[in-house]
Amino acid sequence: MTAYLLKRIAVAIATLLLASMVVFAVLEILPGDPARLMLGMNASADQIELLRNQMGLNAPLALRYLHWAGGLLSLDFGRSYTYSVPVIDLVSERLAVSLPLALIALALSTIIAIPVGLFSASRRGRAGDTISMGAAQLGVAVPNFWFALMLIYVFAVWLRLVPAGGFPGWSAGVWPALKSLLLPAVALALPQAAILARVTRSALIEVLSEDYIRTARAKGLPYRAVLWRHALRNAMIPVLTILGLQFAFLLAGTIIIENVFYLPGLGRLVFQAITQRDLIVVESVVMLLVAAVIAVNLLVDLSYAVVDPRLRSRQ
Amino acid sequence: MSLLDIENLSLTIGDTQILRGMELSVAPGEVMGLVGESGSGKSMTALTVMQLLPHAARATGRVTFDGIDILAATEDQMCALRGDDIGMVFQEPMTALNPVKTIGEQVAEGIRWHTKANRAEAEDRARKMLDRVGLPEAKFPMARFPHELSGGQRQRVVIAIACALKPKLLIADEPTTALDVVLQAQILDLLRDLVAESRMGLLLISHDLAVVTEMADRITILRHGEVMEAGDTARTLSEQTHPYTRQLAQASMHVPARARPHDIETGQPLLQVESVTRDYPGRRTSLFKRAPGIRAVDDVSLSMAPGQSVALVGRSGCGKSTLARMILALDQPSSGTIRFRGETVTGKSEAELKPARRNMQVVFQDPYGSFDPRQKVEKLIAEPLHVLEKKPTRAERREMVAHALHEVGLGISDMDKYPHEFSGGQRQRLSIARAIITRPKLVVADEPVSALDVSIRAQILDLFAELNQKLGIAYLFITHDLTVARAITDEVLVMHDGKVVERGKTSEVLDHPQSEAAKALVTAAPDLHRAIAKRLREQG
Repeated sequence: MTAYLLKRIAVAIATLLLASMVVFAVLEILPGDPARLMLGMNASADQIELLRNQMGLNAPLALRYLHWAGGLLSLDFGRSYTYSVPVIDLVSERLAVSLPLALIALALSTIIAIPVGLFSASRRGRAGDTISMGAAQLGVAVPNFWFALMLIYVFAVWLRLVPAGGFPGWSAGVWPALKSLLLPAVALALPQAAILARVTRSALIEVLSEDYIRTARAKGLPYRAVLWRHALRNAMIPVLTILGLQFAFLLAGTIIIENVFYLPGLGRLVFQAITQRDLIVVESVVMLLVAAVIAVNLLVDLSYAVVDPRLRSRQ
Repeated sequence: MSLLDIENLSLTIGDTQILRGMELSVAPGEVMGLVGESGSGKSMTALTVMQLLPHAARATGRVTFDGIDILAATEDQMCALRGDDIGMVFQEPMTALNPVKTIGEQVAEGIRWHTKANRAEAEDRARKMLDRVGLPEAKFPMARFPHELSGGQRQRVVIAIACALKPKLLIADEPTTALDVVLQAQILDLLRDLVAESRMGLLLISHDLAVVTEMADRITILRHGEVMEAGDTARTLSEQTHPYTRQLAQASMHVPARARPHDIETGQPLLQVESVTRDYPGRRTSLFKRAPGIRAVDDVSLSMAPGQSVALVGRSGCGKSTLARMILALDQPSSGTIRFRGETVTGKSEAELKPARRNMQVVFQDPYGSFDPRQKVEKLIAEPLHVLEKKPTRAERREMVAHALHEVGLGISDMDKYPHEFSGGQRQRLSIARAIITRPKLVVADEPVSALDVSIRAQILDLFAELNQKLGIAYLFITHDLTVARAITDEVLVMHDGKVVERGKTSEVLDHPQSEAAKALVTAAPDLHRAIAKRLREQG
């Protein structure tokens, strides 16, 4: 178990290091000079050169990488070129919206998907299965912004239960803040739940044909108990894999939903930073996402070992 | 009164008729043997009694267990019976246990479910049951997971689950088919004791007539879903009045007619294995530590003459398959040398091995798993031809495949079929055709008949014997089945813990074993003659 753990952690650190180099290198070769951008069209070459020196853009590549990477480690992400505030402030402000949103959406999609998958698998080929998998097919096919619009129409415009968009900030109280995240979370969760339900169903169906399911039935356990106690845990590995991938998507792949609901989230920050050549913000957010994805994957790897004892004793 | 009564049971799954007018009964404390070839409906009979049939199955007739009409029982009634009054043990112990639950949990689960006992009580009973089946606490804590146990140990756990609540009826479906003979004898002893202890009825399902004869008081012989003959085991098998019973009995004792063993040619031996050892590194226990390694093959030497047929016997895990892999140059020895027709095969590149590969081929145990299901027979059989010096033309290739098929008793028209169109026995013929197409001097056969029914197995053994005579191929048979060794080999080597512990003429070693390992194998091996004689003696 310790060997498995150490190996996974070592792989995670190596991946992070490699990713930081790639991110730095890619942004380095992209066109666009931040100094020129900050000073505007009328700046003279001398002024630009002066600013470039001030910003350290003229130092050797390796040195700049080390400086940047060292800063990341001490949470000093530098200052945004366009907003002229520390990047860390920008990012943490946006994370306060995006992280809860992702977590709520992930929880919702799991809560919806696993029971639907169980229901479908236990009724394989019957009407209930066909209907729920048809609904899942629809969920995968329909884009989430359409769901978002429908939800706004029904719950915000018609029933007036929640605001149609915007985010009051956590300072306005937990409940109002949560309320404004509810519809976007549902809109994000539905397509994810549809995918997850299909994965759960197929994993369960595979497990249900295993010999040990028959052994459990021969013990006298009713079908439902066999499903929950013996099949579900064995079917968890593919489900966990998909969950890990979904979290990464939910954290940053939500630009459209953030726009529909006018939420000041991470996705919109990246979008703006890219259009304004605010490279330092882009770099920082990308690195943050890379770190988050690696951390989640590490978590998923470790949860494999919790689910399956065979992984614990293997190297 | 009978415990279990099956009257006029017919079963269809979809459009296929599985059972026709099946009759069978088991009394308390009685062992009923249900014998038949694969597809005869044995397992489906068991699953009907358990009501664990596939959805599309329809059963008619009467099945009564302890006064309860099983076919009319509700699912709730069946749940109350399963695991409490009827226990069941399955064929494949490697997959019969849930890999993510401890053995203690799995045994205790049924106890808790049926008796409403609390966790501690249930675990206590589970502990006692595991002790009873030979898995004592000190060596096998309840927190073990199935993957930490061997096949035989896992089968004991399955038996503990089935017998935990002292069922009135135990159904054992091929409980020892996946185990080696010594383990088989141990598991059968355990089942016999459990039956005697609590006057449990046992429905023992097997394709092995010898096993059933040793165990069963009465026997039912099933073929294509119909009962051929039923009655007292000793009488049924000694009189053999029904032609099918006779056919089965003869097939399970079949010895192919072989002309005198080949005159062993003096001169260069075909194969020389000289003090070969194979070590596997131990499992990594942490980043810097490894468990001590395993010596799978330990200083083994042997020599085979051209045309000779040699058996390599031993229990599972004794290193016989590892040795075979090294002989086939699929694995490298840690030390020692292997010479084939005078040439060293150890430490050579694939290109250098080509001439040797032409002359040695292999037949595997599983005729289902050893063919690519998406390729046609012609391509499959022709596969080894790439080792030939000169690439044959398409017409030549077809000619060679046709010839090989003919030699194993299949037709030219079979060339354009896919593997799934053949039965198990025919597929093993295909494996043999593939092995002999390059005219090899040596064929290594790893348990080539143990997945086959007795009558098919007799035919395949005949085929091996015939090809040995006709083509002068030498065989190395790897097997734990002594009847196979006796049927077809001149010499036998007994392996135990990686070492060859005994060798000699097959009949001498099997009749008068000297080493402990050989004695254990011989006494454990079921033998139909011996079993019938013993039954008759007991009954006077």
